[in-house]
Amino acid sequence: MKNFGFTVIKQRTIDYDQFDGRLLNEILENEPSFKVCLSCGGCTATCSAGDLVSFNIRRMNLMLRRGETSELENEIQKCMLCGKCQLVCPRGINLRNVIMLIKKNVVKYKSLSK
Amino acid sequence: MKFPPSFILPFTIGLLFIVSFLIVIVGVWISQLSKIDKSRIIHNIFTRKTLLAVHETFMESLLHRKIFKKNPVLGYMHMSLAFGWFLLIVVGHIEAYQHYQTLSIPIYKTIFMRYFATHQSITLGGKMLAASMDLLLLFVLSGVLLAYYKRFNSRAFGMKKTTQLKTGDRIALAALWFIFPLRFLAESVSAGIHHNGSIISQPTGNFLASFLPVQIFEMPLWWGYSCALGLFFFALPVSRYMHIPVEVVMIFLRNYGIKVQKRIDGFSRIQIYSCSRCGICLDSCQMTHAAIKDTQSVYMLKHLRNRKITDEKLFNCLLCGRCQTDCPVGLELNSLRITQRIESTRDYNSSYEYLRNGKIAISPQTQVIYFAGCMTHLTPAIIKSMKGLFEEAKVQYWFMDEEKTACCGRPLMQIGQYEAAQKLIDNNRERILASGAKKLVVSCPICYKVFKEDYAIPGIVVQHHSEYLLELMANGRLPVNKMNTRVVYHDPCELGRGSGIYHQPRLLLDEYAEVISIKNEKEEAFCCGGSLANTKIQMAERNQIREKAMDEYVRYKPDVLATACPLCKKTFAKSRQLPVHDISEIIYMAIQETKPSKLREEQQLKNTVKI
Repeated sequence: MKNFGFTVIKQRTIDYDQFDGRLLNEILENEPSFKVCLSCGGCTATCSAGDLVSFNIRRMNLMLRRGETSELENEIQKCMLCGKCQLVCPRGINLRNVIMLIKKNVVKYKSLSK
Repeated sequence: MKFPPSFILPFTIGLLFIVSFLIVIVGVWISQLSKIDKSRIIHNIFTRKTLLAVHETFMESLLHRKIFKKNPVLGYMHMSLAFGWFLLIVVGHIEAYQHYQTLSIPIYKTIFMRYFATHQSITLGGKMLAASMDLLLLFVLSGVLLAYYKRFNSRAFGMKKTTQLKTGDRIALAALWFIFPLRFLAESVSAGIHHNGSIISQPTGNFLASFLPVQIFEMPLWWGYSCALGLFFFALPVSRYMHIPVEVVMIFLRNYGIKVQKRIDGFSRIQIYSCSRCGICLDSCQMTHAAIKDTQSVYMLKHLRNRKITDEKLFNCLLCGRCQTDCPVGLELNSLRITQRIESTRDYNSSYEYLRNGKIAISPQTQVIYFAGCMTHLTPAIIKSMKGLFEEAKVQYWFMDEEKTACCGRPLMQIGQYEAAQKLIDNNRERILASGAKKLVVSCPICYKVFKEDYAIPGIVVQHHSEYLLELMANGRLPVNKMNTRVVYHDPCELGRGSGIYHQPRLLLDEYAEVISIKNEKEEAFCCGGSLANTKIQMAERNQIREKAMDEYVRYKPDVLATACPLCKKTFAKSRQLPVHDISEIIYMAIQETKPSKLREEQQLKNTVKI
């Protein structure tokens, strides 16, 4: 990378050469309603699991869109699939399917990337 | 030794094939049963249950009583084919024994008797038997005619839809269509030549002989009849007609107390093969209201049988149980689907370590626990009413899931994650046991079903709030105030078909409002379309299903649509065609009416729910 004389803070860098969008693409293909998410956070506010442990559905969305597959794997296990997020979603996104798709495919893409 | 004519070969080879095939495959299935199920068979085989199974086989596999109830013409068609064919075989054998005066006759001589027995019976008994054979054949032919007609016009039989056929089905169906007309023609032609016919075949034979060279036609027709039979036997294993032999095995095993397990075993395979693909489940399925036409139980079983099921089809079902109620074979359709879901999602169950690592909240000592459920937390009016009613009845209770409580586990179970659900169940069970409670009141039918069936907590009575409030009212702890509101009660799937609670909510509502009886209620009730069991359906499709059900309710012009499930309430409320209330809300409001307005306001303020 060319040095322009700026300090680069590693945590705040998004390196598109390293971006792994396979899981995201798989999910958008199988659950297209996820495309219309506006990150309002309603899902996170109502979450039953989020009441018990630090768990943030909206952050899942962010991790997915950043391609942070291995972090996602541990986080997604916390969901209890009760369905409240889906009922409060103003865009009617089929969130339980998104979660099941992540759970199903995350292992596959994590092992492939290593 | 004289060799029999060669036309018997297709039939004989086909029969040998199908008998050996069935013995092998049923043997394999039974060997795959669990040890407990095998001992069930051994213990029950010489008891009354075998007789009950024989009776059920007669009523369902031959007479098709359940299809008769659905539609008499459809029932007649199935009965004439099944029962008629069965009688043809039985009476045919009796006739052959009587004719040859011996019990050791090769089977082809019975099946093709009119070819071999070239002289007419002279005894009265023989004549009667021959005549009844002709009448039975006529009875079967009437069914075949109806079957031809049904293929082109299924609506005439009360069925809106009919299943799509596969190649194996088409071959078997074509063979079945030809068997009986060919038999009738072959017997008539033989009667025309040898004069060995009876009341119907003889006149037909004479008529044909009057203008046709019947000798030329005799052999081709018997060949055709034998080939049709042979073809039917060979196509049977790859067609839906496998249900004919397998359903009988299924009825016996079911009577011995064997049920679909949580894994695909021999009995699940037997149930899968017992599906006749009649398509009655297509008519009862509400998914068709949203133009989803390829995920219904009949297609699920077809894909399971071919081992080609996709997640898209497996999870696109509301598990409302309407198809199971209507299934004439009585298959455990919901259990079969859940079993396959368990197999499909086994690799990614969660462990919920945080429940074990985190401190379990201390349970206060109490007699009554109230568990609202996740869904109820999205309908605060229900919680508010329940709080008010507990106060009204002066009940000391512990609101278990007011905050920081795990889900009941049922939503996970509905999509097959039994292992994961068990972790939540263990956590909640521990908390409930620590409280020393005697009663668990639940507002959500989804939770109710799992608490009742899978928690197995000794000494605790699990009640849905409709049961509990009815009990309070009957004991005089809740005042009664009958309003003149017209109410249609919507049976939630998990409470009605799922847990068999139909009467308690109605008895309770009847004391506070006027309940209108409607066509689609109790076992026939609609699903609201909001079910958590379906992970594939889109919101727009859910809305279509809901609107169709709502339109039906609106026709009865109620003031209020009542339900006993927070998820149904939330789903229907979006429709805006009718005000929707939970039972607890209706009762709470009716009781509030009896009080002076100042007190009412105070109480309402006090019970405001934290969201």
